[in-house]
Amino acid sequence: MTRPVAVVAFAQAASVRREDRRNEVEMLMPVVRDALGECGLTRADIGFFVSGSSDYLAGASFAFVHALDAVGAWPPIEESHVEMDGAWALYEAWVRLQLGDVDTALVYAFGKSSPGPLRELLALQLDPYLMAPLWPDAVSLAALQARMLLDSERVTEPDMAEVVARSRRNALGNPNAQLRGETAVEALLAEPYLVSPLRRHDCPPISDGAAVVVLAAGERTLRLSARPAWITGIDHRIEVHALGARDLTESPSTALAAKRAGVFEGHVDVAELHAPFSHQELILRDALQLDGHTTVNPSGGALAANPMMVAGLIRIGEAARRVMDGAASRAVAHATSGPCLQQNLVCVLEASGNRSDGERGNA
Amino acid sequence: MSSEPVKSIQTPIALEYSYTPGLASSRFLRAVATGKLVGQRCPVCRKVYIPPRGSCPTDGMPTEDEVELPDRGVVTTFCIVNVPFAGHAIEMPYVAASILLDGADIAFQHLVQEIPAAEVRIGMRVEAVWKAREQWGPSLENIRHFRPYEGAV
Repeated sequence: MTRPVAVVAFAQAASVRREDRRNEVEMLMPVVRDALGECGLTRADIGFFVSGSSDYLAGASFAFVHALDAVGAWPPIEESHVEMDGAWALYEAWVRLQLGDVDTALVYAFGKSSPGPLRELLALQLDPYLMAPLWPDAVSLAALQARMLLDSERVTEPDMAEVVARSRRNALGNPNAQLRGETAVEALLAEPYLVSPLRRHDCPPISDGAAVVVLAAGERTLRLSARPAWITGIDHRIEVHALGARDLTESPSTALAAKRAGVFEGHVDVAELHAPFSHQELILRDALQLDGHTTVNPSGGALAANPMMVAGLIRIGEAARRVMDGAASRAVAHATSGPCLQQNLVCVLEASGNRSDGERGNA
Repeated sequence: MSSEPVKSIQTPIALEYSYTPGLASSRFLRAVATGKLVGQRCPVCRKVYIPPRGSCPTDGMPTEDEVELPDRGVVTTFCIVNVPFAGHAIEMPYVAASILLDGADIAFQHLVQEIPAAEVRIGMRVEAVWKAREQWGPSLENIRHFRPYEGAV
C-alpha cells in the first residue's frame, strides 16, 4: 500500500540557447518563487528538498551545493541531490513522502548546457575504461541507434520527420519552448544530414533551463490544489551498460517501468515523452503501446527544448499540468537518462487518486 | 602475451568551459575594477554578502540592495601556509586569512602580509593594499594583500 502523492505545482524557466547573464541560482530563484506561489506555500512549509543536476555541465565540483542558495537553508532544511535529471529527484521525493512524517516536497532541476562542449561532455557518462577514451559523442551514439532502427524497416526517415514537424507545431502553444513553428515533412527531408541518418532537426536543441515541481501527500493536498495530479504509479528501470549488448531498436526498460507503473491499466489521454532524438519517440511509443488516441508531447517535447537534467522533470510537470487544468484525466510522463535511452522512468498522473482497476504493479 | 595484470591506464580528459558569473557577481566584478567593494544586502535578514552571488543562502531571496563597503576589516581566522603548490609565487611561509570587511556579514579569503606570519592573530584589524591602478581588472586580485591597520572601526 503506497501513500498517495500528488503534483500540486509546476513552474519552469523558458529554455534558451545561452543564458549568459544569470547564473544557475539566479535562474532558479524566480522558478522556485512561482512554484511556491502556485500552491500558496512558503519555503518554511516544505518538508523535503531535492535537486537534480550535473556538475559536469557547470564544470565545477559540488556546483549543486551552490544551488541550495536558491531555496535557502536556514533554519536547517532536509535536502538531497541526485546527479541525474530532476525526474529522478522527483522519484526520491516520492519515496521520501512514503515515510509519512512530511507532507510536502520541493523538487528542483537546473542545467546550463551552454558553458561546455555538450556533445563531448556527455561521452564522460560512458564506461571510463573502454568507451569514454574513444570520445563517442552523444549525437553519434544516437545516430547509431537511428541507423539500426531504420535498418530494421519498422520506421522510415519520413516517420522521423513527422515527429519533428508535430513537435515544433505543438511547441507553438508553449511559451517556454526554444524551437517552434510550422514545418513541412518534405522540407525537413530535404535538409542535409548532420550525423547520418540524423538531420539537425532530428536532434534536440542545446538548452539552458530550470524547473520546479512541488509534491504533496496527505489531507493537506486538496488545500494546496483544487485539482492535483495524483501520481498513481512511478517506476524506473535501466538497460545493461554495454551499448553493444543491447538491442537499441527497443526499450524494454521503458516497457517494464510502464507495466510496473500501471500505464496499461487504462486509457492514456496525454503522454509527455522525453525523447531527445526524433527516432527515440518512435521507440518509446512502441514500448508504451501508445496508439493514435493519445496526444503525444503537446508541449513540443525535448525536440523543442532540452535543458539537460531538467527536460525529464519538465515532462512530469507538463503532464501534471494537463491533469490539473482538466485537459486530461490520465496522463503518462517519461524521462530518460544516458545514451540511447539507457535508463527510463515512467510516471502515471491521474485526476483521481485511485489507481485504475486492473493488474497492480508494486510501484 | 604478458600475464601481468593491467594496473593503470591513462585517459587524458580536458573540457573547456565559458563561465558565467551571473548578474550579481558581474556587478561586483565591474565595481572592483574601479576600486570599489560592493556587497549586497538580504531584504529579509539584512545580512550583507561580499562577494555577492545574487541570493541570500539563508533565506533563498534575491539580494538586490547594493552596499559599498570600506577596504578594511578584521581577521576572523587564518592559517600559515608552509607548502608551496604549482603556480604560486609567494614566499613561504605566508598567511591566508578570512577577512570580514567592516559592515559585511560574511568573510572572504585573502592574504595578510607586511607582518611576520607568527604575529598574525584572530581579531587583528587589517586594510587592503591595492595594486597600481593601471593593473586593475575585474578581480579581487586588484587587492595585493591586506596588512595590519591601527585605527578605529
